[in-house]
Amino acid sequence: MLNSKTAHELLDLIKAGKASQDKILSDLKSRIDKVEPKVKAYAHLPKETDYVKQDSLLKGIPIAIKDNICTKGQLATCASRILENFSAPYDATVIEKLKEKGALIFGKTNMDEFAFGSSCETSCYGPTRNPWDLKRVPGGSSGGSAAAVAADEAIWALGSDTGGSIRQPASLCAVVGLKPTYGRVSRYGLIAFASSLDQIGPITKDVHDAALLLNVIAGYDKKDSTCADIPAVDYTSCFTKDLKGVKIAIPKEYFIGGLDKEVEESVKQAKAVLGKLGATFKEVSLPHTKYAVSVYYIIATAEASSNLARFDGVQYGFRGKPSASDKSGQMISMYKQTRGKGFGLEAKRRIILGTYVLSSGYYDAYYLRALKVRTLIKNDFDKVFKDFDCVLTPTSPTAAFKIGERLEDPLSMYLSDIYTISANLAGIPAISLPCGFTKDKLPIGLQLLSAPFKEEDLFKVSYAFEQNTPWHKMKPDLKV
Amino acid sequence: MNISKDTVKYVANLARLGLNDEELEKFSVQLNDILQYIEQLKEVDISKIQPTAHVLDIKNVKREDKPAPSLSIEETLSNSPQKEGSFFKVPKVIE
Repeated sequence: MLNSKTAHELLDLIKAGKASQDKILSDLKSRIDKVEPKVKAYAHLPKETDYVKQDSLLKGIPIAIKDNICTKGQLATCASRILENFSAPYDATVIEKLKEKGALIFGKTNMDEFAFGSSCETSCYGPTRNPWDLKRVPGGSSGGSAAAVAADEAIWALGSDTGGSIRQPASLCAVVGLKPTYGRVSRYGLIAFASSLDQIGPITKDVHDAALLLNVIAGYDKKDSTCADIPAVDYTSCFTKDLKGVKIAIPKEYFIGGLDKEVEESVKQAKAVLGKLGATFKEVSLPHTKYAVSVYYIIATAEASSNLARFDGVQYGFRGKPSASDKSGQMISMYKQTRGKGFGLEAKRRIILGTYVLSSGYYDAYYLRALKVRTLIKNDFDKVFKDFDCVLTPTSPTAAFKIGERLEDPLSMYLSDIYTISANLAGIPAISLPCGFTKDKLPIGLQLLSAPFKEEDLFKVSYAFEQNTPWHKMKPDLKV
Repeated sequence: MNISKDTVKYVANLARLGLNDEELEKFSVQLNDILQYIEQLKEVDISKIQPTAHVLDIKNVKREDKPAPSLSIEETLSNSPQKEGSFFKVPKVIE
């Protein structure tokens, strides 16, 4: 079945005359019919597919898109009731680039509401399920994209990553997820969560596809003033067989309490594989690691509370009815009703926290302090990358947890991002790769981080690792 | 550090966010937990540290002041909950 192939495999098959876009789509649709009722990876399946019959690079290969990225004429709801009927009037820059290269936009994937979460449970459409164990979460917030790729309901997908939202679900679903350097990929048309942290990136079945997809979406965009005017390289050209001369740092702060023993063991074995290929290792210290979650939840909620102010029921989305008894007037009452009924619990919680840390009298104590500790976290990485090519850590402290397990305890949910958050705060690229399974057959992920705009270093190490391990070829048994 | 129900109510009003009593209660407990955790930042010496609002080197981004294609009025209004002519319609603002 062609739906289980990677994009680069399909391109080879098409070239050899052994696959066509029609057959890919029919295989994909029949797979979706069978497994989607179990996995629920999609927020919106395409109603009617626009065939892209052109002989360009991607040959009409379909791609699934996270529902916070605008695709013209399709819903973009961020899995929130407040945007339930929002139809995007334009394409995000990444979508324009994909279409230009001949990709077919195929379905919008489920996510935590406004990307607020690590489990896909805060979606207004209900939770997506982990294809490896349907009682467990796929991770989040790009859980729909990761689950769709893992379940072969998508060839590849785009996600977005603000604190780990591409890498953590990739880890929990045994697929590859890359968060590019801040500014590597245009954010134009990505519905903003935290503008100084957000990046769009690939979720794929292997490293080759991640590189191929980054090739398409990377690069300067004048519509996003934070997009870096630095030329991108051909990321598929950095694959090598051995890793002689590659220096990898192991930060001791990532291997302490809270790290599951099986995860630790898998990461240790991954290290041994890389060592055999010629990489050398040294323990280093990233001393401000323990403050990352605190810094993140101040900065991310502050930026989110500001970004979400636009959802006021005036220009688009859901509008609440003003209450006659509200003394603040009809207009203000309309705002409050719209936002009170339109946002889910986690979105409200973050708006309150973000507004609080920015409010008069608390700004210096929380927000400004967090920005300064962010500098220290960034400095830690700058120092390490003077001597090392990559940093190696687990992606998530545990394998997939059960649906409902952490929903009532926001702090424990926030701590599931403990290893991924620092990359966003420092603006550096990071990739998650499958590196093993627990004894209960739950995927474990390995994270590699590199200096800004050095994605090629991540691809080089990841590709060599993947060529020498079986993990990315494993498929969940969905009993269909 | 203590966030009372009244503080949550005050902040919710700043954010124009309607919350019911149950939510006010729940958030005041949960936000206290989160803020207590965040307190750890007080132990860091930040006296000589500059804040990072943006990780890349920032430079001014300028462009020519030339008109370019943008959304039509119809497209702009296409998602509006209520419209009249070429305007978004809202409840009465001035009594």
